[in-house]
Amino acid sequence: MKSVNKAIRKKDAMELLLGKPVYTDDIAPKDCLVVKLLRSPYANAFVKNINTDIAMKVPGIEAIFTYKDVDQNMKRFTCAGQTYPEPSPYDRLILDKHVRFIGDPVAIVAGADERCVDKAMKLIKTEYEVLEPVLDFTKAKDNKVLVHPEDNWEALCPVGADNKRNLCAHDESSNGDIDKVLDECDIVIDRTYHTKACQQSMMETFRTFCTIDTYGRLHVVSSTQIVFHCRRIISHALGISPSKIRVTKPRIGGGFGAKQTSVSEIYPAFVTWKTKKPSKIIFSREESLSASSPRHEMQMHVRLGATKDGIVKGIDLYTLSNTGAYGEHGPTTVGLSGHKSIPLYGKAEAFRFVSDVVYTNIMSAGAYRGYGATQGLFAVESAVNELADRLHMDPFELRFKNIVKEGDVMPAYYGQVNTSCALDRCLAKVKEMIKWDEKYPMRKISDTKARFVGMGMAMQGSGISGVDVGSATLKLNDEGVYTMNIGAADMGTGCDTILAQIAAEVLECSTDDISVFGADTDISPYDSGSYASSTTYVTGKAVEKCALELRDRIEKLGAKMIGCDKCDVTFDGKKVICESGENKDKCVTLADIATASMCGNDIALSVTNTHTSPISPPPFMVGAAEVEVDLLTGESRVVEYDACVDCGTPVNPNLARVQAEGGILQGIGMTMSENITYSDKGKLYENSFLQYKIPSRMDIGHINVEFESSYENAGPFGAKSIGEVVINTPLPAITDALSHAAGKRFYELPITPDQIAMARINDN
Amino acid sequence: MLTIQNYKKVESLEEAYELNQKKANRIVGGMMWMRMGDNRMNTAIDMSGLGLDKIEESDEEFKIGCMTTLRQLEVHEGFNEYTEGCVKEALRHIVGVQFRNLATVGGSIYGRYGFSDVLTLLIGLDSYVELYKGGIVPLTEYAARDYDRDIVVNIIVKKRPVNMFYEAVRITETDLPVLTCAGVKFKDTGVCNICIGARPGRAIVVEDTEGILAGGINEKSIEEFSTFVKTNVPTSGNMRGSAEYRSHLAGVLAGRALQNINRD
Amino acid sequence: MLVDIKLNGKSVKADIAADMTLYEFVREHGCYSVKCGCETSNCGLCTVFLNDKPVLSCSVLAARADKCNVTTLEGLQEEASEFVTFIADQGAEQCGFCNPGFVMNALALFRENPYPDEDEIKEFLSGNLCRCSGYEGQLRGIMNFLEAKKAKEAE
Repeated sequence: MKSVNKAIRKKDAMELLLGKPVYTDDIAPKDCLVVKLLRSPYANAFVKNINTDIAMKVPGIEAIFTYKDVDQNMKRFTCAGQTYPEPSPYDRLILDKHVRFIGDPVAIVAGADERCVDKAMKLIKTEYEVLEPVLDFTKAKDNKVLVHPEDNWEALCPVGADNKRNLCAHDESSNGDIDKVLDECDIVIDRTYHTKACQQSMMETFRTFCTIDTYGRLHVVSSTQIVFHCRRIISHALGISPSKIRVTKPRIGGGFGAKQTSVSEIYPAFVTWKTKKPSKIIFSREESLSASSPRHEMQMHVRLGATKDGIVKGIDLYTLSNTGAYGEHGPTTVGLSGHKSIPLYGKAEAFRFVSDVVYTNIMSAGAYRGYGATQGLFAVESAVNELADRLHMDPFELRFKNIVKEGDVMPAYYGQVNTSCALDRCLAKVKEMIKWDEKYPMRKISDTKARFVGMGMAMQGSGISGVDVGSATLKLNDEGVYTMNIGAADMGTGCDTILAQIAAEVLECSTDDISVFGADTDISPYDSGSYASSTTYVTGKAVEKCALELRDRIEKLGAKMIGCDKCDVTFDGKKVICESGENKDKCVTLADIATASMCGNDIALSVTNTHTSPISPPPFMVGAAEVEVDLLTGESRVVEYDACVDCGTPVNPNLARVQAEGGILQGIGMTMSENITYSDKGKLYENSFLQYKIPSRMDIGHINVEFESSYENAGPFGAKSIGEVVINTPLPAITDALSHAAGKRFYELPITPDQIAMARINDN
Repeated sequence: MLTIQNYKKVESLEEAYELNQKKANRIVGGMMWMRMGDNRMNTAIDMSGLGLDKIEESDEEFKIGCMTTLRQLEVHEGFNEYTEGCVKEALRHIVGVQFRNLATVGGSIYGRYGFSDVLTLLIGLDSYVELYKGGIVPLTEYAARDYDRDIVVNIIVKKRPVNMFYEAVRITETDLPVLTCAGVKFKDTGVCNICIGARPGRAIVVEDTEGILAGGINEKSIEEFSTFVKTNVPTSGNMRGSAEYRSHLAGVLAGRALQNINRD
Repeated sequence: MLVDIKLNGKSVKADIAADMTLYEFVREHGCYSVKCGCETSNCGLCTVFLNDKPVLSCSVLAARADKCNVTTLEGLQEEASEFVTFIADQGAEQCGFCNPGFVMNALALFRENPYPDEDEIKEFLSGNLCRCSGYEGQLRGIMNFLEAKKAKEAE
């Protein structure tokens, strides 16, 4: 292959590295009204009265909107970026009289500059009727306090939701007789695990600007992963036709799923639509951390049964997920906690997976890389690591005995066949990379320090089967170079480049010869958006199909120009050559064909193609951590993390590697330092980068990533996904290492030095 | 948010002092911590034009101007040599180089922040604060005082020969510390100062009220003193650690400090 | 108040509010490379040089930069151009939002310490957060750049 599986530079690399103005706030018109949100100081309250008269008198203030400007009986909507009809319930209004968490918007303030808006916000007089909040998610189901008592709450899909029970979703699935299987097991690990609402913490906070275009339509420019879903969400929120809305994304300063929810768009959209003036909103970091779309907090009760020689016979999982005040991605994330953890164990004879998703009066959750699988894999893999301890068996050996193999049917993965899988090779590779046999379980390196190792496995999906749609438009331009138009969103991942590599492979040209444009709802072909590990696998296949069709058209026009039959010609990327018949060896160059396409031509050299996949082939991964621990202070640091990924063919090995390294460090952060705690009134304490500690470069030794590739026939050139699977392994791997360090198993993250040191004291 | 009505780059300490007597006015050091709260001030007093951003080293002392940045202090060769590299160890974890290029020693000392590595580092040395009106006072005394309207002009560290040790515990490398500890042995008198900060309260020098170390530093007295520190240094809990854990750390780090400084 | 700030070599005279930060000032004067990622001086995205020292422009008042030299990535395009190709060759720029601050501080490091070792690199750049890369690709890029620089100077 000439372009695929090549580590070429990202198309936008130099512009980004040299600081060119390509992000939302860099290109926003200078005369934008500044939009800010006045937010509720109470976790559950009704706005009894709100007076904006004095605030409106501040010079420069253009408009202040409150619940009074929004029909409280209108159809509610969800901000989740999902295919319609969304599984997430319709539970939102732009401004609601009933505020449901500390940070829920009470008023939208728009003014000439930040200073006047800040001043006006202080002058708005709000009277609240404060209600008792429900803050403990283990007590939310059937609690007397209802987060959404309103009658116009609505669930469009049958996800088991019931607002009169604080239920956002409920689901059950099983295969075989799990109770019988567990009864017959020699050993059952029965534990409850807890993970928190960790934050994507992309460096660019949520932001959007809006203008009115030449045709009187609303043009929304936003840092989003989901331009098309955004258009629908704004249309619902404003109650206007989607034909009146255009959504564009410029460069995005990171997403990780955060921007798969329309967190910021609806507010300036409302302001600009009402005032017909340009406006913009830039979330502060505090807002991004306290009123956004973090990971779903989950509590997972695992019962995992095995024989005494280490064969996992059955897994029973109950997941309780906390969606917070609104239901974005609630019904769907929880599913992955079981469906993307249980299938790893190919010898299991039965499983059961039951889930509840509950509303509480804290910030609503959303999509974060891993999307529920991260939480479920932490629980299941930790249980397997505990099983290894109990059986005095090496965790690698235990995995080798149990893993799912290529060709296996996976009952817990919707009965799908495991079409491509190098999990066995990943295991062998990581064992060798970390020198497991020399290091497991620990080595003392001084009187006070020791190094512990631990491991874990992971899987994810590649797109949502039968749902996600990817498209591309490819056209040949007059100088013999191509333009590709996509609706997927490059959020730094490099999909503009990766998709161009796929097209270049088919068209036998250089990736440089393909200019990429995306994404714009007016111009791009439909794409669900960049989420669910779908872009390379789903949109990538659409690009492949599209390029093949364009090739065909080029050959057709070339043959016509040569004057021969289409079946006699081939295209080598530079010219169409006639290979047989009377015109043998005659050829026309691509530039000639491009030129000819503009004169007396009826063969369109512009193709749009679309793809969807009935299956979602899982990428697999194994990771192992070596953690140095100060045995007295409990301080711990990952000195080496070794991982091996089966993402099918890595289309761009450099970009795949950086995805893996970045995902691993996010997983490390979630395990060791990224904490979420609330006051007894429901106020988040970790609402800044001073308190919410993502890893710095001093917090990691080295991350080493290798690839063991299977070949996925359904993907473009054998590719599967990589974006999400990479975050999952550090949680169980490090937890096992630290559990050995502490002499006590941990079931909740993050694990801090305090817990390690105090466990050691209590142990001695 | 920080709101400031006026900005005044003063031309003399007297001018700064006069302005600083008004409650609505504040002296701006590096502004690093000041900007984090919801602070409003009438006049921000800037002393960056007074030449107080220098470290003067003589045979007897280091005189550290209040506007000296943490980074200047961190890389100062003489002070590193004197503190056996402890100044670098204490400061290198504070956020990042760009932060330390702004944060000032004067701001840290005046602020007397509980989490301050700077205060922990300096309080156990033979250190003094030179105030514009209040004269020269020992840092231990200044650290315990309430905030007033005087100006920290210089921090003076006398060059008594010392062995020194510094260690702080952090959850991540650039986070605020969970606990800080400095150990100083004055070679002229043999007296050892164990300083504990981020308890999370302000750094203190632990007083050896039971005279545990009076008979010399050895395995036994180190262990006894560690237990004494663990039991007697007041600690409390916050987001980064419990009171119990901090007390444990105080004992561990005090022990490590004594082991380390117990040299000739 | 009136200030005269030498921004990327050019004198910029402006009437500013007393509490305007240097970050606001440089962006207002067209230096869009400078980004902001937090309000608590933690992220390093807003790094500029103030009299040749890397500082957080969000945390210093523009008023204090009066009569000072302020340099942003816009003023260092040439100095940065070679170094950044090594980051691009790792794909480590990713979303790019932290890149300008990272590049600025890396250049500050190379000016102060032309051949830093791995620990020195990590320590000097620890105030530049990045959420995409896991830092490993940035480190590889820096190491390769230093190797190339050494090789060139050996010639």
